[in-house]
Amino acid sequence: MTKVLNWLFPHPLMTVILAVVWVMLQNKVSAGMVVFGLILGIIIPRATAVWWPDRPKAIVTAKFVVYCIIVVWDIIVANIEVAWIVLTKPNSKLRPIWVEVPLDLRQPEAITLLAGTITLTPGTVSADLSNEGRSLLVHALDAADADAVRDEIKHRYERRLKEIFE
Amino acid sequence: MNTAIDLMNGAMMLSFVILGLSQLMAMVRLVIGPDTGDRILALDTMVINAIGLIVLLGIAQGTQVYFEVTLIIAMLGFVSTVAYARFVLRGDIIE
Amino acid sequence: MTLELFAVYATLFLLSVGAVFTLVAAIGLVKLNDPMTRLHAPTKAATVGIGAFLLASMSHSFALGQGSFHELLVLAFLFVTAPISANFIAKVNLHKRACDMPDAPKHDEMWSTLDVPESDRKIATEKNGPATG
Repeated sequence: MTKVLNWLFPHPLMTVILAVVWVMLQNKVSAGMVVFGLILGIIIPRATAVWWPDRPKAIVTAKFVVYCIIVVWDIIVANIEVAWIVLTKPNSKLRPIWVEVPLDLRQPEAITLLAGTITLTPGTVSADLSNEGRSLLVHALDAADADAVRDEIKHRYERRLKEIFE
Repeated sequence: MNTAIDLMNGAMMLSFVILGLSQLMAMVRLVIGPDTGDRILALDTMVINAIGLIVLLGIAQGTQVYFEVTLIIAMLGFVSTVAYARFVLRGDIIE
Repeated sequence: MTLELFAVYATLFLLSVGAVFTLVAAIGLVKLNDPMTRLHAPTKAATVGIGAFLLASMSHSFALGQGSFHELLVLAFLFVTAPISANFIAKVNLHKRACDMPDAPKHDEMWSTLDVPESDRKIATEKNGPATG
């Protein structure tokens, strides 16, 4: 039974997301559209499953939701900070620095999520990965101390992502 | 209710002006450069601002018909930014 | 009636927020003086600004009494793609050596953008990088 379910839904989260996106594209909820969205949500992950054999087997959904809420909150708060820096600080007083974040995460999906989060939370942009994928290059807009930025990223985001992709 | 709607219309006009101004400033960056990265960034910002202008047009006219336009311009803008950057990085877009 | 009034005020607020953030993005794009710091303002402030406009469009549709949620799709798309384009532009800056260069990583040999084949390394380390752009 579980074998059949695994074959039918190689990626259950993607099935749900595709169905929701389909219903939202129609912009009205009707039973027919939900069913059609579910059909698409079953066919597309099944048809594309061959191309991503190393996808994460399971993520902790509850922790992922908490993570999303934290990130959205950070985006709002930190955007105001960066707007303030851009508007009030003269260029000569800015202290842009490069920060190297050593990575404990191994899965490409988790590293992508971390890099995206770093870029979206203002003040930092993830710029590059080292050639073996063991550290992430981050550019900070205005920071006194590279170690503090690194520790905050590791503590606030990477630790949570590690729990999600365990 | 009427004052609220008047205020909202005022904010809408202000947003149109500010978005137009932002487009002009991005255009300045596009012209003065100085490097390829800045030009790509300026073009990307202009695409994003264009999406904002279309959304505002939709609000001003009170219609939903511009939704697909917004979605398609967002997709095209992303793909063209990536294509431009990849061309500079690799000298080729699809390897 | 109250829902409509609330939607109108929400639209007003979101339009103002969007206008402020897009303006900040444009000012940052023109004002800042280093390619990497310039990357900070537009990629995020502009995304948040347009996000606010999209939410305003959503609440305006509620004010007109025809609620719609599909703006959230564009919003999600923008938030997913903004870091990727920012990353590519940062890579272009590194590749063209237009900004201050970072130190080599502690755990690995070098940053992947700068990891060119041995034979091309001499051309690549010249000031403006290889003649592609």
